[in-house]
Amino acid sequence: MEFPLYDVLIVGGGGAGLRAAIAAAETDPGLKILIVSKVYPMRSHTVSAEGGAAAALRPEDSWENHAFDTVKGSDYISDQFVVETFVREAPIELIQLEHWGCPWSRDPDGKISARPFGGMTTWRTCFAADKTGFHMLHTLFQTSLKYDRIERLDETFVTSLLVEDGRCVGIAAINQRSGVMSAVRAKTVILTTGGNGRIYAFSTNGNICTGDGMALAYRAGVPLKDMEMVQFHPTGLPSTGILITEAVRGEGGYLTNNKGERFLKDYVPSKMELGPRDIISRAEVTEFEKGNGFEGEYGNYMHLDVRHLGEETIDRKLPFMRELGLDYVGIDIVHDPIPVRPVEHYMMGGIDCDITGATSLPGLFTAGECANVGLNGANRLGSNSLSECLVFGAAAGRAAAHQAQEAKAPTSNPVDALLKDETRRVEKKYLESRQGTEKLAEIRVEMQRSMDEHVGVFRTAEGLKEEEKLIAGFRQRFARLKIEDRSHVFNTELTAALELDYMLELAEVMTASAINRKESRGAHARRDFPKRNDEHYLANQIATHVPGGKPKLEFRPVRITHWQPQARTY
Amino acid sequence: MAETVEVTVQRYNPETDSAPRLQTYEVPYKDDWVVLDAILYIKDHLDATLSYRWSCRMGICGSCGMNVDGHPKLTCSAHLREYRRGFTVEPLSNFPVIRDLVVDIDDFMAKLKSVKPWIVRELEQPLGDGEYLQSNNQIDHYRQFSQCINCMLCYAACPVYGMEPEFLGPAAIALARRYNLDSRDEGTVERVNVLAASEGIWECSFIGECSVACPKGVDPAKAIQQTKFDTVNGAIMSTVLMPFGNRR
Repeated sequence: MEFPLYDVLIVGGGGAGLRAAIAAAETDPGLKILIVSKVYPMRSHTVSAEGGAAAALRPEDSWENHAFDTVKGSDYISDQFVVETFVREAPIELIQLEHWGCPWSRDPDGKISARPFGGMTTWRTCFAADKTGFHMLHTLFQTSLKYDRIERLDETFVTSLLVEDGRCVGIAAINQRSGVMSAVRAKTVILTTGGNGRIYAFSTNGNICTGDGMALAYRAGVPLKDMEMVQFHPTGLPSTGILITEAVRGEGGYLTNNKGERFLKDYVPSKMELGPRDIISRAEVTEFEKGNGFEGEYGNYMHLDVRHLGEETIDRKLPFMRELGLDYVGIDIVHDPIPVRPVEHYMMGGIDCDITGATSLPGLFTAGECANVGLNGANRLGSNSLSECLVFGAAAGRAAAHQAQEAKAPTSNPVDALLKDETRRVEKKYLESRQGTEKLAEIRVEMQRSMDEHVGVFRTAEGLKEEEKLIAGFRQRFARLKIEDRSHVFNTELTAALELDYMLELAEVMTASAINRKESRGAHARRDFPKRNDEHYLANQIATHVPGGKPKLEFRPVRITHWQPQARTY
Repeated sequence: MAETVEVTVQRYNPETDSAPRLQTYEVPYKDDWVVLDAILYIKDHLDATLSYRWSCRMGICGSCGMNVDGHPKLTCSAHLREYRRGFTVEPLSNFPVIRDLVVDIDDFMAKLKSVKPWIVRELEQPLGDGEYLQSNNQIDHYRQFSQCINCMLCYAACPVYGMEPEFLGPAAIALARRYNLDSRDEGTVERVNVLAASEGIWECSFIGECSVACPKGVDPAKAIQQTKFDTVNGAIMSTVLMPFGNRR
């Protein structure tokens, strides 16, 4: 199929992608904008975000406070200039979303309400009950329908970025409905494909979170940053990993061990349940190791208790949590404590980019979880990511729009040739080979389980090196993959194989990065290097793809504007 | 051998099948599984060629709607223990089937856009002036209609949509209603025209199958009845009926 030339092509239709599309359309109503998503945009994983979006909107708050909380939460490897910009923009973005119809929960005076959240020193997490991501995503998607210049290619899977003369000039993608591969040319491309939590077996992430954009950028030569920094959320349901929002603790819920103690008194005494996620997840695992966890079919767990809040508050502020308890655990949280354990939740690492989302590859931008603009450092504070999607999604949309206004059209001949090569690669590797013996699901499950085991809440050199070997083995087996489904129409085995290929690539980078950071900082906790080491590692780790070799790793000093590193205690 | 359950799945591949066919699989039974877990098991262990959509597995992304024993369900929140004796999974009714359990919902996507599901205002307040004030009571007016996850179960349940594909359908009307009832919106008049011109709205006899099927507590049948009332009485009446809505 032939496509026109687009000015701004966005891969991914979640919070960041939709915000970028609208920003581009508002920057220049004459631009042609395309959102390419492997699902329908309203299925994107932003939909699962629950607790809220942070912004210093209230008079008693200040952007300086929000910035300091974020920098401290990051264990001092966020980019402080980026953080300052973020906290100033976030209130404007939440107001913008309000104007577009987001049903924010309100204070009695009719203003947008806020709740306390982990690592935040004041109430600044704005929320729409406990379905904030759902409401934000649908508000953005429905608002995007207003702009006729925003077109969409739904259920279209991107297999590679097209690069010509050192510039990104479009994408190659499979239309899942027809199986046909096409090239779509664009003056600028924005990657907003979200996270990669499906690399782990036990994750809050939906099936679609396979790190596609990170792998696409990496293979096109764009570095990834801080890929060892993986957030484990302290409260996932033990069987499925379904997220129980931090808002449960924000609203006053207790975390207790099998002795009935609020054990966080020994770990984050001044914050208790409102400590940051990395520290609380480690506290839970430490308690499990002491024998203080409950024992269940799916391993140890803790109790998250909201019974003292009462039915009325629960129904008003946490209705979805009550629904999830009834549906997936068979408990009523009004009367029963919720079983929880740490669960992989968010990737702080991502595609290295500047404050406008621009990457090292001209024409390529990025925003949201797949990007690493420098906001979250070694540990993201809960509710900063939804605001991040808005602030940096909009920034990338504007920057791409401006660049597209200046840029020349890519020539079509090289694009045709690039498409031919890419079509040949996918067909040969996946659909034509009949020699394969390896089963996709087996490799995937083994990767997920071993990543849980070796690249989890606590890490050791031994475990990480073991994982490095395992991943090399998985990749060899992947080369001998057997695809049973030869159909062109909605071949989900093919797309799952392409996703597994992306995940294996990223798992390798994550593991190598984790081996190379020989200290403990934020979410990266090394048992063999339990202390933070500012002398060597007050820095971001940059991983660059080396065709046929291991990732090239180097450290880049962080940008500090106002806040010098201090001990991170709460 | 551990307990198992028989799952019969409708298969259809347009490249090789002239008509849909049924295929039965034996899947392990687990008390805490949902129907989606059984389908995932088939894909991973028994038949990699089965196609279906899914993602969040927590009842919020709206991808995994299918007919289970003839009733539209979100398979991620339909418990296996309620289908202990075996069950049949088919694609949602009333939609063209693309392959296996995957249906074509582009018709809904176009209808959603046609009802202008965004805030319509004559004058925008500058962002620097802050938010539009809205009380929690005012949110309660439209809250339930804002809970729609676009899962399409209501369309699969709707007898009118089955016969009259031009019908805007339950979710699109509920979402139009969501904006009409929002105190920040002034678009009721524009939307009434789209709704009144819709084929089929008068054939909806308030059977309420849509509201029964909705997994999120939305009552599209109520939205449709209210819309009929508005359409007859004109937009003037709506200001009386909705004291907080659509004030200029």
